[in-house]
Amino acid sequence: MVTGVPNSISVRDFNVWYGDLHALTNVSIEIPFRDITALIGPSGCGKSTFLRGINRMNDLIPSARSTGEIWIGDRNITAPGTDVVELRKDVGMVFQRPNPFPKSIFDNVAYGPRVHGTTDRSRLSAIVEGSLKRAAIWDEVKDVLHKSAFELSGGQQQRLCIARALAVEPQVMLMDEPASALDPISTLKIEELMHELKKDITIVIVTHNMQQAARVSSFTGFFLSGELIEFDESSVIFTRPHDKRTEDYVTGRFG
Amino acid sequence: MVKQRYIFALLGASTIFVVLPVIGVIYLLISRGLPALSWTFLTQPPTHMMKEGGILPAIVGTVYLTIGTAVFALPIGVLAAVYLSEYAKPGRFTRLIRLAIVNLAGVPSVVYGLFGLGLFVMLFRFGASILSGSLTLAILTLPVIITASEEALSAVPQSFREASLALGATKWQTTARVVLPNAISGIITGLILGVGRAAGETAPILFTVAAFYLRDLPRSIYDQAMALPYHLYVLSTQVPNAPPRIQWGTALVLLIIVLGMNLIAASVRTRFRRAKKW
Repeated sequence: MVTGVPNSISVRDFNVWYGDLHALTNVSIEIPFRDITALIGPSGCGKSTFLRGINRMNDLIPSARSTGEIWIGDRNITAPGTDVVELRKDVGMVFQRPNPFPKSIFDNVAYGPRVHGTTDRSRLSAIVEGSLKRAAIWDEVKDVLHKSAFELSGGQQQRLCIARALAVEPQVMLMDEPASALDPISTLKIEELMHELKKDITIVIVTHNMQQAARVSSFTGFFLSGELIEFDESSVIFTRPHDKRTEDYVTGRFG
Repeated sequence: MVKQRYIFALLGASTIFVVLPVIGVIYLLISRGLPALSWTFLTQPPTHMMKEGGILPAIVGTVYLTIGTAVFALPIGVLAAVYLSEYAKPGRFTRLIRLAIVNLAGVPSVVYGLFGLGLFVMLFRFGASILSGSLTLAILTLPVIITASEEALSAVPQSFREASLALGATKWQTTARVVLPNAISGIITGLILGVGRAAGETAPILFTVAAFYLRDLPRSIYDQAMALPYHLYVLSTQVPNAPPRIQWGTALVLLIIVLGMNLIAASVRTRFRRAKKW
């Protein structure tokens, strides 16, 4: 009887194909809960594909199919019949480009709770305020909640998107290069925010920025050509990796 | 260089050939039709064997038919477009549907009229009525609305759909709350253009609704109605010695209604385009 591993996202022999392209090969990994895990590797190495496997966003791509298992705690999310809507409520996602809806700041954050059935106005207000505070953007937007989200700067929009994801109280937060389109100050704010969030949320972040991975994460996985080459504590990956290819990548010899 | 100039002249001339007829028609209609327009003309029924009086019943009929067409064509057209844009998987069945829609757009309008006569007037026993006419015109309008709506839906950035789905929204919630609201301007534009074209059609209403002459305004959707395009046809071919003044006036009113709707469509489009910023 195969079961999950308590307190971790447990991935076993996970494979993804896009049509004939084998994008991810036999990935097995244990991602600990309530911590930050970074995924690094050159473009096209499969790290984003892997990330999008954890909330089944790959399902949206008609040609994509996968084998293997992903367990979140004691729940097999790759089992046939898994309710992906229910899953995505628990596994939030922040995208590379800030993608707020063309709605007000308030309505952006309230969107998730609303689709999950919260209609009470004061309850929604409380959720919106709480989420914006957790995303460290409340002080900047509390007086303009009814303005369009598009009037915010890129960095603010990205924190708004984090608040929007937090509003449905996910256990896991997937971040796909969340700061790559932002300036250094905004990047710093997002990293500080991640440190706060990891107290109760499991964060998996894909990044191209090696310094960022070293700064924010406790664990790091290095992907190359669809394979997980090495997974270890970040201090090990960035100072004394076991695999030559990891060493070449983190020291900037290729990629 | 010389060749360049020839081609430039050719392109310019072609453009002028396109614009000239439009200007000519509008000029003629305004110069000859405007003197016919009066309060009486717009608010009275025809009198004296249509040789005097106004065209009120035809205006009202056309307005009713326009509304009826929109009521039937909008929901069906938008839902079909949502299906094609958001739900349909690429394959033979979807290709077949698209082919059908393209062909629907190419069917001559008199065929729609006969189809409406057979289906709505006779088989469904709606008789010659506003209901039958609106349904017939709605089918004629559907390809325009479906095509415009589908374009509007696919112009909504994929990132909005992903953001919504990643929050645990269902596909339908995503469509209804994020995709449709952001496509609304394109859909409305398509609706107005499609219905505007339907308002000017004669053949589809010929057998399904249009009355030669009615003194009273229609009171229900089961009544026949007069309509501007058919009235114009009647005045030009069926009424001996009808004063040209009335014909020009009728044509001008029809043109104002159709052009007016096109202008509204254009302004809706620019207004929304300015409002969105992605």
